[in-house]
Amino acid sequence: MAEAFETFTSRAIPLPADNVDTDQIVPARYLKVTDKEGLAEALFHDWRFTDNGRLKDPPFVLDRPGLAGRRILLAGDNFGSGSSREHAAWALFSWGIRAILSTGFADIFRNNALKNGLLPIQVERGRQRQLFELVADEPEAEFTIDLASQVVHLPGDEDLPFEVDPFAKVMLLAGTDELGYLLGKTTEIDAWEATHPGRVDTLTGAGT
Amino acid sequence: MSARPRTLFEKIWIDHLVSQDPEAPAVLAVDLHLVHEVTSPQAFTGLRQRGLKVRHPERTVATADHSVPTHPRSLPILDQLAAAQVDQLTANCREFGIPLHGLGSPNQGIVHVIGPELGLTQPGMTIVCGDSHTSTHGAFGALAFGIGTSEVEMVLATQCLLQRRPGTHEIRVDGRLRPGVSAKDVILALIARIGVGGGTGHVFEYGGEAIRALTMEQRMTICNMSIEAGARAGLIAPDDTTFEYLHGRRHVPQGDAWDAAVERWQSLPTDDGAEYDKSITIDASVLEPMVTYGTNPGMGIPISGRVPNPDISGDSAARRALEHALEYMNLRPGQPILGQKVDVVFIGSCTNGRISDLRLAASVLKNRRVADGLRVMVVPGSEEVKKQAEREGLGEIFRAAGAEWREAGCSMCIAMNGDQLNPGQYAISTSNRNFEGRQGKGGRSFLASPLTAAASALTGVITDPRTLPDFDSAPATLSS
Repeated sequence: MAEAFETFTSRAIPLPADNVDTDQIVPARYLKVTDKEGLAEALFHDWRFTDNGRLKDPPFVLDRPGLAGRRILLAGDNFGSGSSREHAAWALFSWGIRAILSTGFADIFRNNALKNGLLPIQVERGRQRQLFELVADEPEAEFTIDLASQVVHLPGDEDLPFEVDPFAKVMLLAGTDELGYLLGKTTEIDAWEATHPGRVDTLTGAGT
Repeated sequence: MSARPRTLFEKIWIDHLVSQDPEAPAVLAVDLHLVHEVTSPQAFTGLRQRGLKVRHPERTVATADHSVPTHPRSLPILDQLAAAQVDQLTANCREFGIPLHGLGSPNQGIVHVIGPELGLTQPGMTIVCGDSHTSTHGAFGALAFGIGTSEVEMVLATQCLLQRRPGTHEIRVDGRLRPGVSAKDVILALIARIGVGGGTGHVFEYGGEAIRALTMEQRMTICNMSIEAGARAGLIAPDDTTFEYLHGRRHVPQGDAWDAAVERWQSLPTDDGAEYDKSITIDASVLEPMVTYGTNPGMGIPISGRVPNPDISGDSAARRALEHALEYMNLRPGQPILGQKVDVVFIGSCTNGRISDLRLAASVLKNRRVADGLRVMVVPGSEEVKKQAEREGLGEIFRAAGAEWREAGCSMCIAMNGDQLNPGQYAISTSNRNFEGRQGKGGRSFLASPLTAAASALTGVITDPRTLPDFDSAPATLSS
């Protein structure tokens, strides 16, 4: 991740389905790549396209007229369940999504998102319902996501504060990654390993 | 000195805590890192870009399982992308010095099948893999969980991970399972009860009489699907069953070191009085075989049950989800799940592709024929499972029954390798996910136990294994 997460304003894409699993976000047959390129095309592929490769009619929400370029996904409960594939986060980012609002996120997806410049924002159920109603009534409503202040500015000067892992927040705002931080812990890791021998040796057979 | 009572999870966590800065996640040491072809290429690329090495290749092991064909190994991989991915894994392992049980190796297989098989999975360890079903290894009392590719890179480079400490749920399964009801039915019943997000942010520790009575392979089935309830990991305290399974395996300590290891492992179980954030109790004695009807693993019912009616289900979101699922599955509200036609039977996967699963399936299929027009695929979880099954004559039983007896891999559980449903087809599967398109675009999956899947293979419709003609007369072979 190289980009710093900056405050931005966008309209929202409403996806009111619950338990959206990562097999829907990126179907498994698109996992044969050895890089991170081209995954935007795979995003929600089987919800977007018919068996013969045409856009569905009516189109899936991503393909509705006027919704291209939106950076906020307003999702149903428990977004990102199932497979650990980070391709799901890569595909959403590659499409242009930068924040997802839901009542909850699956653990692995949340971790993957935060490592890829994609901010999961957890909201209460009642508030989620209001947001879906707002976007249904006013599809052009704009939201400003301010990570530094941990606030979503809603239309009409209303503010929606949110929680975020303080460590992930620092990483996102700086656009640095966690591996850099972990590499900075080499002294501690060396010290720990000096008193904790390996449990197995995959190269030679029996462990200790 | 009286230490505060601790849970199994807490003991492993503390034992692997390298350091922790204020406000930052813990730096947690990883004992064993399992690698496969699908979630690792970008991590190795990252290492190369930064000029990093693999810190502990001897605590890392790789195999090719997800995208490999299950046709005879003498045939080439026809899918160019899959072939390139497998070649990439081989090249990466060679460059970074990681042992690889690749195609053609006698130890190739699904990563979560070969870890325990080789004795690499041991109590008290931390185990990670870029695969959500890493929770399988928790059956040995190891803290094991799936990670993303960025984390794979972190573990390759540092043998550590940054982790927030999860909470804990105790899952007590009291009583005894009735004949014909298996570990798979227990976990499907749990997920049906708490939902696919019910365990988010928490590690499950399974206990109780029914869990203690399970074999290691059955325990792996339970822990494997913990992720399907959203749990971070599943754990079962090690006991004599665990030690008996591990004794003598290739990578476990030998001789005096074995005795010392067992003594250490015996201190792992949760102390009396230790507290969990939440406890859930299940009565094993009332469980039936379970089958899913919908498009996530939480949409499951007892096999004698009926497909739920959206009109009488809770809030509007639940109704919408159920309507959508039934539309995708093309099932009628209120219809019995028994007797539902299937086109394909899939027996395999990291959930139910081990030798005991195949023995159960074979006990049903022996001297019988699968239903006309039905495709029945039996896919061993590893080369070793395949060889063992053939030594026992199971492969011949499957072939004689008209089933396909294939090579080891993930196969139709994830349908990346060409083993897949056609649009609209129904499968009854011993695997772990019934998501839309999971087993092939447009395909429809019913999740069930190996016994239920094998019973359904005889009839071509969803069938209760307890109603097979010789079920009562042969409970020793047919019950699990």
